[in-house]
Amino acid sequence: MVSQQEQSLTPTEHDPLQQWSQSEYKYGFYTDIETETVPPGLNEDVIRLISAKKQEPQWLLDWRLKAYHHWLTMTEPQWPNLHYPPIDYQAISYYSAPKIKKQPQSLDEVDPELLRTYEKLGIPLHEREILAGVAVDAVFDSVSVATTFKGKLAEQGIIFCSISEAVHQYPDLVREYLGSVVPYSDNFFATLNSAVFTDGSFVYVPRGVRCPMELSTYFRINAMATGQFERTLIVAEAGSFVSYLEGCTAPMRDENQLHAAVVELLALDDATIKYSTIQNWYPGDKEGKGGIYNFVTKRGKCQGRNSHISWTQVETGSAITWKYPSCILQGDGSVGEFYSVALTNHYQQADTGTKMIHIGRDTSSTIVSKGISAGFGQNTYRGQVKILKAAENARNYTQCDSMLMGEQCGAHTFPYIEVKNSTARMEHEATTSKIGEDQLFYCNQRGISNEDAVNMIVNGFCREVLRELPMEFAVEAQKLLEVSLEGSVG
Amino acid sequence: MSNPLLEIRDLHARVEGHEILKGINLTIHSGEVHSIMGPNGSGKSTLAQVLAGRETYEVTAGEVWMEGKNLLELDPEERACVGLFLAFQYPVEIPGVSTQYFLKAAVNAVRKYRGQDELDAVDFLERIKEKLALVDMDERFLNRALNEGFSGGEKKRNEVFQMAVLEPRLAVLDETDSGLDIDALRIVADGVNRLRGADRAFLVITHYQRLLNYIVPDFVHVLIDGRIVRSGGKELALELEQHGYANYEAGVGV
Ligand SMILES: Nc1ncnc2c1ncn2[C@@H]1O[C@H](COP(=O)(O)OP(=O)(O)O)[C@@H](O)[C@H]1O
Ligand SMILES: [Mg+2]
Repeated sequence: MVSQQEQSLTPTEHDPLQQWSQSEYKYGFYTDIETETVPPGLNEDVIRLISAKKQEPQWLLDWRLKAYHHWLTMTEPQWPNLHYPPIDYQAISYYSAPKIKKQPQSLDEVDPELLRTYEKLGIPLHEREILAGVAVDAVFDSVSVATTFKGKLAEQGIIFCSISEAVHQYPDLVREYLGSVVPYSDNFFATLNSAVFTDGSFVYVPRGVRCPMELSTYFRINAMATGQFERTLIVAEAGSFVSYLEGCTAPMRDENQLHAAVVELLALDDATIKYSTIQNWYPGDKEGKGGIYNFVTKRGKCQGRNSHISWTQVETGSAITWKYPSCILQGDGSVGEFYSVALTNHYQQADTGTKMIHIGRDTSSTIVSKGISAGFGQNTYRGQVKILKAAENARNYTQCDSMLMGEQCGAHTFPYIEVKNSTARMEHEATTSKIGEDQLFYCNQRGISNEDAVNMIVNGFCREVLRELPMEFAVEAQKLLEVSLEGSVG
Repeated sequence: MSNPLLEIRDLHARVEGHEILKGINLTIHSGEVHSIMGPNGSGKSTLAQVLAGRETYEVTAGEVWMEGKNLLELDPEERACVGLFLAFQYPVEIPGVSTQYFLKAAVNAVRKYRGQDELDAVDFLERIKEKLALVDMDERFLNRALNEGFSGGEKKRNEVFQMAVLEPRLAVLDETDSGLDIDALRIVADGVNRLRGADRAFLVITHYQRLLNYIVPDFVHVLIDGRIVRSGGKELALELEQHGYANYEAGVGV
């Protein structure tokens, strides 16, 4: 165990490597780099060690430490409509180098249950191999595809790499923008993330460039192993466009129960960022045991005039989801959008929604939230729309629909609206429905089975959100909803 | 005479503890059009729903055979697959699901049951376009969410359109005339008439005789308080038009 009494390490700015090796020695860490894991617990030394291992510059270490000290003064938020046992933050290990596990050599060696799920989800064969952890040289194909596309991006000056890599290769960009949308002091989980984040993605799209492909369609597998405290930063310069896809429909199992990611988006004049997520982390078993706790801070800043940020999410995984992708509409004429499907089945709980903060004139926001609850699932929509004084002619449209399947589940809606400018136009619609016995019977009478009928009705219910996703992703998301609801009706 | 397409023997059914059908007997052969007439609450819709297999209605006695199959043992979707179609009195809305998507799912479910290949979107579209004309429906209907925001008349036409696409052996029409103006009534009736044929039968349920001017039945049955109290030819409908149901109701002591 790392103990607080022991002398803390002096950061040696010029030789982080030395610091790293010292700490290893001092605390008796495994010397084998490949399998190294920091013992559980969070303190300054652990943060210094993470920073040293990643050979980070001093400013970043300082930033992490500032965050850590701030975090010590904070308490976990109690307001969400979520119930889970207390998290022991000293029982978590905050750094774990990628483990080299014994890799299967082909799909024949992979758990057939997992393969069946991949098949149901329609995941292409070569991706199944990667997802199942088949040794990489066995799946040379997709890797070379990724390399080809990376070259294409570089030609246009688009940067797309891990945030650790960016810290080294583009330190000025990272230093300028990291924490500019979600400051280190933002909230309990974001602050924790700022102190201990290990990796994530960095995207930079230069002025006037339209990113020629959906980012991470081809890379999402590679970008997947980013762990517990991800940090993503996307900067779109004036007049640029980028569409980013996060996540994957394949069920993701992870030994880490707590996940606290931060995503920051920054859009300058006339820039557009579309950020789409499919989240399907392990939700726990049918009795509600296990499962990931997912506490995410996602925020986009429409800093420039007529900039545009659009969040689309399909959340079907995790035992606990706490997530409010937000937009700060600062630039005049900027547009923020939030399209969400959150599905809770069995004992899953989700408290999710968005915040739209209107600062500039003629700003507009759209919120479309679809919550589906089945089993004992509890689904909470929590949304805030704030129209500040200077926001002349702001507009918001909110549509918030809940669907209940069964008698034990729940749907809850908490809209918060704050309007400080009388020219604002607000529209709010909310519905709660059950999959009606009459709808099912009507489908049955046309030859359609209960299971297909439920899928069809749910997909219809989610249509306004699904159509915001890139085509390929939308098809996957549709299948994912089907798999997640399997056996919940009839 | 050939084997009946549908045979109902002494059918009793109840809902929420109340007996609604009290011993229905009815035999329908292929090619025939039967009409069931009766006052509100006499059990017409109950009969239709029981035939289609709705679980809220509990069958307490009797049998129903369709082409040698014990209908009451089949799931609702199986009944549809063997060729039973119900045009609903109150068609259901399914938001976000286009009429085309819904109908394609239905056609393919039926084809799958029969061991036929599923149709792709292009083949399917080809097949349904001509059926649209049958009920004077515009192609734009196909892309609208199923019955959502449809007028009463549009919903009923949509039912007949679906019937045309699914080509059932036995079609049960539950008050398909209600809520229609005269033009819509003509369109719907024309659609049905064009689907009449030797290998198909209809059970036309209606409260009013009006529809039967357009869809002329071979047999008319009067349903009062869960029983068929009289059967006859098409002239029976006219008689009902003139005298109403009062005589019969008095007769069964309601
Ligand atoms: N789901 C139901 N729950 C309770 N009562 C019902 C239900 N469906 C029908 N009934 C009752 O059964 C009787 C017959 O109804 P129905 O078959 O709809 O008659 P019709 O179609 O001839 O007007 C009525 O008294 C009606 O109130
Ligand atoms: Mg009725």
